[in-house]
Amino acid sequence: MIAPNEPFTQVGDGENEPYPNATTNACKLCTPLGACLAFRGVQGAIPFLHGSQGCATYIRRYLISHFREPMDIAASNFSESSAVFGGASNLKTGLANVLTQYKPALVGLATTCLSETIGEDMPGHLRDFAQTPDGENAPPIVSVSTASYRGTHIDGFHAAVRGLVESLCPSATPGDRTITADSPVAVFPGMVSPADLRELKRSVAAFGLPLTLLPDYSDTLDGPSWADYEKLPSGGTPVDAIRALCHSRASFEFGRVLAGADTTAATLLARRHGVLPYRIGVPVGLRETDRFTELLTALSGNPMPVELVAERGRLIDSWVDGHKYVFEKRAVVYGEEDLVVGLAALLAEIGVVPVLCASGGRSGRLAAALRAAAPELDERTVIREGADFADIAEQAAALRPDFLIGASKGYALARKLGVPLIRCGFPIHDRIGGQRILHVGYAGAQALYDRIVNTLLERKQGDSPIGYSYL
Amino acid sequence: MTSPVSQSISVLPARAASVTTVGSADAAPLACGQASLAGSVTQRACAFCGSRVVLYPIADALHLVHGPIGCAAYTWDIRGAQSSGSQLFRNSFSTDLREMDVIYGGEKKLGHALRELIARHNPKAAFVYSTCIVGLIGDDVGAICKEVARETGIPVIPVASEGFKGTKKTGYRAACEAVYQLVGTGDIGDIPPVSVNLLGDFNIAGETWVIQDYLRRMGVHVVATLTGDGRVDAIRRCHGAKLNLVQCSGSMTSLAKMLEKDHEIPFQRVSFFGIEDMSSALYAVAKHFASVDPAMLGRAQQVVREELEKLMPELRRYRQKLAGKKAAIYVGGAFKAFSLVRALRTLGMSTALVGTQTGDKDDYQQLRAMCDPGTLIVDDSNPLELAKFCLEKDVDLFIGGVKERPIAYKLGIGFCDHNHERKEALAGYVGMLNFAREVHASVMSPVWKFTPRRASLNSHLSTLNSPR
Repeated sequence: MIAPNEPFTQVGDGENEPYPNATTNACKLCTPLGACLAFRGVQGAIPFLHGSQGCATYIRRYLISHFREPMDIAASNFSESSAVFGGASNLKTGLANVLTQYKPALVGLATTCLSETIGEDMPGHLRDFAQTPDGENAPPIVSVSTASYRGTHIDGFHAAVRGLVESLCPSATPGDRTITADSPVAVFPGMVSPADLRELKRSVAAFGLPLTLLPDYSDTLDGPSWADYEKLPSGGTPVDAIRALCHSRASFEFGRVLAGADTTAATLLARRHGVLPYRIGVPVGLRETDRFTELLTALSGNPMPVELVAERGRLIDSWVDGHKYVFEKRAVVYGEEDLVVGLAALLAEIGVVPVLCASGGRSGRLAAALRAAAPELDERTVIREGADFADIAEQAAALRPDFLIGASKGYALARKLGVPLIRCGFPIHDRIGGQRILHVGYAGAQALYDRIVNTLLERKQGDSPIGYSYL
Repeated sequence: MTSPVSQSISVLPARAASVTTVGSADAAPLACGQASLAGSVTQRACAFCGSRVVLYPIADALHLVHGPIGCAAYTWDIRGAQSSGSQLFRNSFSTDLREMDVIYGGEKKLGHALRELIARHNPKAAFVYSTCIVGLIGDDVGAICKEVARETGIPVIPVASEGFKGTKKTGYRAACEAVYQLVGTGDIGDIPPVSVNLLGDFNIAGETWVIQDYLRRMGVHVVATLTGDGRVDAIRRCHGAKLNLVQCSGSMTSLAKMLEKDHEIPFQRVSFFGIEDMSSALYAVAKHFASVDPAMLGRAQQVVREELEKLMPELRRYRQKLAGKKAAIYVGGAFKAFSLVRALRTLGMSTALVGTQTGDKDDYQQLRAMCDPGTLIVDDSNPLELAKFCLEKDVDLFIGGVKERPIAYKLGIGFCDHNHERKEALAGYVGMLNFAREVHASVMSPVWKFTPRRASLNSHLSTLNSPR
C-alpha cells in the first residue's frame, strides 16, 4: 500500500478494480513461460514442463512468434490417469526420451498448475529417476516450482535463474572461493532481449572485466541461419560457468522490483559464497545505466571506456536536439514491472510524462521502485499493478496519451485510441525483429529515444494538412 | 543431401511404427491415434486447444477461460478467424485463478466473473472452458453455469476442455457437445428447402464468405456457419438445414453426427482447399439437391468454369516456376493433408513428406494410396524428426504452422503457413491462387542462396558460412 505522502496516484489493487473477478486481455503470461525462456539461455539446455503437452505447445508457439527461432520444450504429457494417479512414470519416460534425443547438457524442469495442484513430489521423482539406467548418467536436472496460479511469467523467469544457482552452486565449504584477475562479474540481467544481452556483454567487456551472464539467450534465440540442423541451438551460459559463479568477484541483478524479493540468484550467491550483490535497476535510460557503469568502474578499477563515454555524450547531445518534440508528451507504459520502471525513468529524463505505468505483476513494490528510479515523477503518473488491458484501456481513455510504449499486445488499444505504439519488451508478435530491440545501456537509450522522437515527428507530419518535408 | 545431424537423429523406438515410406515392403497400418510419447516434443496441443479453436469464431458469444492465466493469454486474438460484426470473440477473458482460488475453489470467482462480463458485454451466450486444474479443485462448473444462465437469461454453456484429457480431438468433441446445446432452440419456419450448414470452416481470412458466395451463386441457402463468422442465433437454427457440409473433418464430424441422429440431416465430408477438392465439394452439393433442383448442377459447373477462367492463366505462370519442387507437409488434420497433396500437384510440385497430428488409420491408408512411392508418412511427429526428414528429402518448401516455421527457415527452406493463425485466405479458387502466390513467394525468393545450407556452391560464401 502507498504511504500518505505518496506523490503518485495509485489505483486498483484488488479492492478498487472495476471487474475484480475477471481478467480481460491479460498484461502478463503464465509462470512456466518465463522459466522456459530462462532455461533456453543455458548452453545445451532443454526446458521440460511437468504437465499437459498443451502448455509446452502454447508456450513454444508464443515464444517462436516473438523470437522466430526454434524453441523446443519437452513435456511429460499428462493424461487423465496421470492427473489422477500422478505423473511419476510420465516424467521418467519423458526424461529418458529427451536425454536420448537431445543429449542435453542440462534439463530445465518446470512444473505447471496441473502438477502443482496434484502435489507432485519433484525431488522424490528425481531421486527415483537417478536410480534408473537413464538417470545414472543424466546431466544436471534443475527443477523449479512454477505453478501458473502463483505470480506471472517474470516470476517463473527469476525462479529458473535462482533454481540454476541453487542447484549448481551448492553451499560453500570454507576456502573454496578464489578470486583472481580472471574471476568474472556475474550478471543476472532479467528478462531482456537478445540485443540487450549482447549490449551488456559489450559494456562489461569494455571495462576489461570477465563476465558470466545468466541466462544468455543472445545466440540461442537470435542465431544465424544454419548449415546443418542444431538439435539445441548453440550459445548460452555454459553449465560449468554457472557452477563457477561462486568465484565471481561480484554480482549484478537487475530490477528494482526484483530487489525487494527475499531469495534470488544474487542473494543466494551472497549468502552461500559471500559474492557481493549489486541489486540495481534494469539499466534503461541514462541514470540507471550510469549506476551500472559507475559500479563497473569501481569493480574494474578502470575509468569508463572512451567508447562508452562517447556514446553517453552523443545520447545527451541527441536529447538536446530533440527535447522540444517530446516535452510534456504523455505516455502509457506497460509490461513487466522492472521494464516499466526502466522505461518510465527514461521517459522522465527526456521530459515525457508517463501518465500510466501499468503491469500485470503484483509485487506491491512498483510504486516504490518508480519513485527511486525517477524521483521527478509527480501526481500525473498513475500506477497500476495487477492490470489487464481492459483496465489500461479504461485509464488510458481519460489520460489522453500521445503514445503507448510496450509489447505488441497493446496494439488493439493503440488502434482504438488512434495513437502510435512504440514496440518494446515481450512479446512483439506483429513485427519482425523483436529479439533485436535494444533497451539497455546508452545504446539502448539512444535507440529508444530516436524511435520515440521520430514516432512523434511522423505523427505530427502525418497529421499536418501541409506535410512539410523539412522539420 | 548428406547431413551429419540428420544421420545422428533417430526416431525413438517407441515411435518407429508411426513412420513409414510409401511403396515400402512394410504394409502394416501406421501406428496412430495414441497419446503422444512423453518427452517426444510433440507438435500436438491439448484438449483445451481443440475446444478453443472450434468455438473461438462464434463472434457474439463470451468465451471465458476458467483457470490460471496462461491458457487465456496464449489464445488471445491470435487467429485469422474474421467476423462481419461483433468482435467480442477477439478478447481473452479469464478467471485468472490464483493460489487462494485453487485452495478454496474457484466457483464463486467464476460466478462473479460471468456476471461482470455478461453485464459489461451483453453477449448472446457464454462458453466456459475448463482448464486442467478445474476438475482437480472440484469446481462444479455446470452448476454455476446453470445459475448464471437463469439469472441473466442467456445460455451459459460449460465446455469440458481440461487440457490433460487428450489431444485437440478430445477438445473438438467437447466443443461440439457444448455448441449442440444451442442447436434446436431457434425457429426454423422460414428456412428454404435447398439449405446447408457449413461445419468446420472457421472463416480464416474470410474463407467462409468465399464459400458462401459460391453456394449463393448455385442457389444454396446457408443457414449457419460453424463456426466461422458464427452467430449464436444462427446456430440455434442450424437444425433446419437440409445438408451439413463438413470441412476439417476432425473438428466437427461429431456435431454432424449428432445432427444426423437427432434431426436426420445427412452430412458430407468436403474440403475447400485446392481446385479438385473445391470443385468436388460444389458438385457434391449439387448432386445432393438434384431431386429438388435439377438445374443446380449446371449452375455449379458454371461457378467452377467462371472461377477457373479467372484462376488458370495466373496459376499456369506459377506452375512453370514451381514445377519439380519438393514439399513437406505437416498439419493438424488429414483432410487438409489430402487437399495439400493434390494442390501441390496442381502446381507441379511433389510431396516428399506428409504428416499430421491427428490422422487415423483410414486417413493414413488414403495418404499411402495417393502419394508417390518414396514419400514419407508420419503421425504425431516432432521437431527433430521433421528436421531429419526435411534434410533427408532436401525439400524446397514446408507447409505447416508457426511451430514448424523455424525448422524450415533455419535450414534454408521456404515455408507456407496453413494453420489458423494465418491471415491469408487459402480456401476456394481464390485461395488456390493465394496459395500458389505464397508458395511462389517463399520458394522462389532470392534469399535462400545466401543461407549457409544452400550456399555450398557459392565459393566465396562457403568459408563465411562454415558451422561454428
